[in-house]
Amino acid sequence: MSAPEKNIGDILLKVENISLSFGGVKALTDISFEIREREILAIIGPNGAGKSSMLNCINGFYHPQQGTITYRGEKRKQMRPHEAAKQGIARTFQNIALFKGMSTLDNIMTGRLLKMKSGLFTSAIYKGPAEREQIEHREFCERIIDFLEIEAIRKVPVGRLPYGLQKRVELARALAAEPTLLLLDEPMAGMNLEEKQDMCRFILDVNDEFGTTICLIEHDMGVVMDISDRVVVLDYGRKIGDGIPDEVKSSQAVIDAYLGVQH
Amino acid sequence: MSETSGQPDGRDPLGRDTIPKFFAYNAQHRRDRPAMREKALGIWQAWSWGEVDARVRDLAGGLAALGLKRGDKVTIIGDNRPELYWAMAASQSLGAIPVPVYQDSVADEIQYVIEHAEARFAVVENQEQVDKLLSILDRLPMLEIIAYSDPRGLRHYGQPFLRNLADVTKQGAAYNAAHPGFIDAEIARGSGNDLAIICYTSGTTGRPKGVMLSHDNVVRSANLAVAFDKLNENDQVLAYLPMAWVGDNFLSYVESAVTGFCMNCPESADTVLQDLREVGPTYFFAPPRIWENLLTTVMIRMEDASAIKRRMFHFFIGLARRAGRNILEGKPVALTDRLLYALGEILVYGPLKNVLGLSRLRLAYTAGEAIGPDIFDFFRALGINLKQLYGQTECTVYLCMHTDTDVIPDTVGPPAPGVELRIDEKTGEVLFRSPGVFVGYYKNDAATAETKTADGWVHTGDAGVFTDNGHLRIIDRAKDVGRLTDGALFAPKYVENKLKFFPHIKEAVAFGDGRDHVAAFINIDLAAVGSWAERNGLSYTSYADLAGRPEVYALIRGCIEQVNRDLSSDSSMTASQIKRFLVLHKELDADDGELTRTRKVRRSTIAERYGALIEALYSGQPSIAVEAKITFEDGRTGTFKANLKVDEATTYSTMRKAG
Repeated sequence: MSAPEKNIGDILLKVENISLSFGGVKALTDISFEIREREILAIIGPNGAGKSSMLNCINGFYHPQQGTITYRGEKRKQMRPHEAAKQGIARTFQNIALFKGMSTLDNIMTGRLLKMKSGLFTSAIYKGPAEREQIEHREFCERIIDFLEIEAIRKVPVGRLPYGLQKRVELARALAAEPTLLLLDEPMAGMNLEEKQDMCRFILDVNDEFGTTICLIEHDMGVVMDISDRVVVLDYGRKIGDGIPDEVKSSQAVIDAYLGVQH
Repeated sequence: MSETSGQPDGRDPLGRDTIPKFFAYNAQHRRDRPAMREKALGIWQAWSWGEVDARVRDLAGGLAALGLKRGDKVTIIGDNRPELYWAMAASQSLGAIPVPVYQDSVADEIQYVIEHAEARFAVVENQEQVDKLLSILDRLPMLEIIAYSDPRGLRHYGQPFLRNLADVTKQGAAYNAAHPGFIDAEIARGSGNDLAIICYTSGTTGRPKGVMLSHDNVVRSANLAVAFDKLNENDQVLAYLPMAWVGDNFLSYVESAVTGFCMNCPESADTVLQDLREVGPTYFFAPPRIWENLLTTVMIRMEDASAIKRRMFHFFIGLARRAGRNILEGKPVALTDRLLYALGEILVYGPLKNVLGLSRLRLAYTAGEAIGPDIFDFFRALGINLKQLYGQTECTVYLCMHTDTDVIPDTVGPPAPGVELRIDEKTGEVLFRSPGVFVGYYKNDAATAETKTADGWVHTGDAGVFTDNGHLRIIDRAKDVGRLTDGALFAPKYVENKLKFFPHIKEAVAFGDGRDHVAAFINIDLAAVGSWAERNGLSYTSYADLAGRPEVYALIRGCIEQVNRDLSSDSSMTASQIKRFLVLHKELDADDGELTRTRKVRRSTIAERYGALIEALYSGQPSIAVEAKITFEDGRTGTFKANLKVDEATTYSTMRKAG
């Protein structure tokens, strides 16, 4: 069953003329694109094209030397990652960044950190408001556990989980922050076909159920073409394509970037 | 419970002859006792009998409002969920017949059942099942309503025939309010002769057949079983086996209704072992592979334990294997052993049972396939009352059960109360008569007539023998059973199973029908024999090389001779001792057509492909040259040449068992 036409909304985040360099290395050059509400946008490109750098700029980890990022109609000044998180931008990482010794549940609970209000004192007493708050957040996390079907590993330390499940836990933690914009850095790298199918379904479900806007980096073209509404193509730090999957697939510049051209 | 015991024919003393009448009784007399539990969002949620009854009535009203009528079929597909059990009860309340389908069936299999059963309604768990049904919808014109219990992902599905079960329940409450007394009247209209359920048997041969069971079948069988095992409302079960299997339907749903005990639905299929520990059932059924899994997990975890714990474990398990079963069965045991066992209970057995979730277990059954005596003994040694059960869908679950004090690992026990058994003298097939005898196969009178004779005896298709103490032993499928030239019964699977319980033997094929003695092919288990070779400093280059080693032959001969000794102790099986055997140079493989995909031996293929080897077993020659065609994984084929040795094993004359 195909879902009815998706209701893609206004511009959520606008990137204008971003340039980023590390010393003499130009990671990003004059990049502009926009992410609209409720869409799934894929950023693709060969290795070293600047995809992860782009995500790092959006989430405030890198600070571009030039250009502006407008998020929810507001031009962003220099921003730190935790401020981006407060504004509703959550992400997962290319190399899993979970707390290996903590259980799945605890890892997901850390995603609720910014939503917790009890201070040091009330938390230390625990009974009363802090306990109520804890229960509330736990319930939210349990909904995510149910959603991503990871009940069986709730109490297992994530270090003991296989790779595909760790990726899923990372997604769960990002979702726990109730993000408006979810950045996924290669959510399917290193997965087998079945794990990829599961992950695709979860990404589509998150997008559909919670209306979360998703910006993802992915190498598997099959996946990208299947699930994204729009694709942005980077190569050597420049944008060489932007459009719906079919357009991008047939664009000569993109084909050249992927297959190489004779000079 | 006085309310269920007493009647030798299993009829209910209070006159409750259908499952919905038990629900109504429980709602009245056990209003606040827990009836069902399910883990949701990490917390166990309970529904009392009063609440369950109210839900079932509302749901029944909703289904009636949608047009469900007496005699209609309702297909039910999904994991064990309270909502689906309610749908089953609601259908039965209206006189409709639930037809559960295995939740992992592919669309085509579901199509066959719905089509054959002419189901008008489907109640399913979630989007996955809805998608399957929608993919075959154009071939199912009779299907009118699909109701689902989990709405996730189904928001955009606009089809008018799709209903959320919660909405159906809500409409049902309104319907019932407008028609007071409707549900009560419908329940009262039901009688014991009405069909309670149609279970489609998984169908290893041909298309699945719909086994029709009446309320009388299930109620009377349940009453007898409940009295036999003294089940009562304080018991707890874990409902985790497929709802479409008659065993789950009977052991969880029917017996829960009859006794009023609480059934617990696991959070998901992956969490069963964790849920087992949290629930701590008192009554538990599991096929042999689950017991095997539990044992393997324990053994592996013990390997990683500290030296003190490991030694303590092995000491006390050794003691338990010696004394535990006798203590459990109330037989005499030396005082020192008894004291040590009590200490072991505190130090090892108690904590171990607690970790596995078996602390409160009072009654456990295994059935389905042969269970390794080692595994079976292990659990009984721990003081767990594990017993065997034998039965099939056609008899409403059980025919034979062990009693608590008389348990033999390789029998399935004496005939259960109310069951008459006899063994066909010509074929060795087990025939039965019981209150649970099925009504017939749905829309398949030919098959019914073939299975059910005019005088009420039913063919099980299994061959069995009675042991000297009156227990039934199932030896094989009746069609595979043959005779040696001296007329003695020969059941290949019985012999093969005995061989396969040895870790070194992966597969065995026994021959003997129409021959003067029994002979066997053995497949070694590469992992087990390989590590045995490593420990014994035996080097080898390949599977075929290892299989041909004289040391390996000696190892296998040891196993066979132990089997022979075992067989010799049983008068009906002593002729089946293995005289000659050979170790095959290659593994039997499903890719080569020698095994089925479920790893059952294909006798005809093997007889054809290895004809020369079989002749060598019987001609007395010491070895035979083989040339085999092998299919590689990439599809290429090659040939393989070797000289296989045929070895002889000692056989034993019949001994009388001591005691």
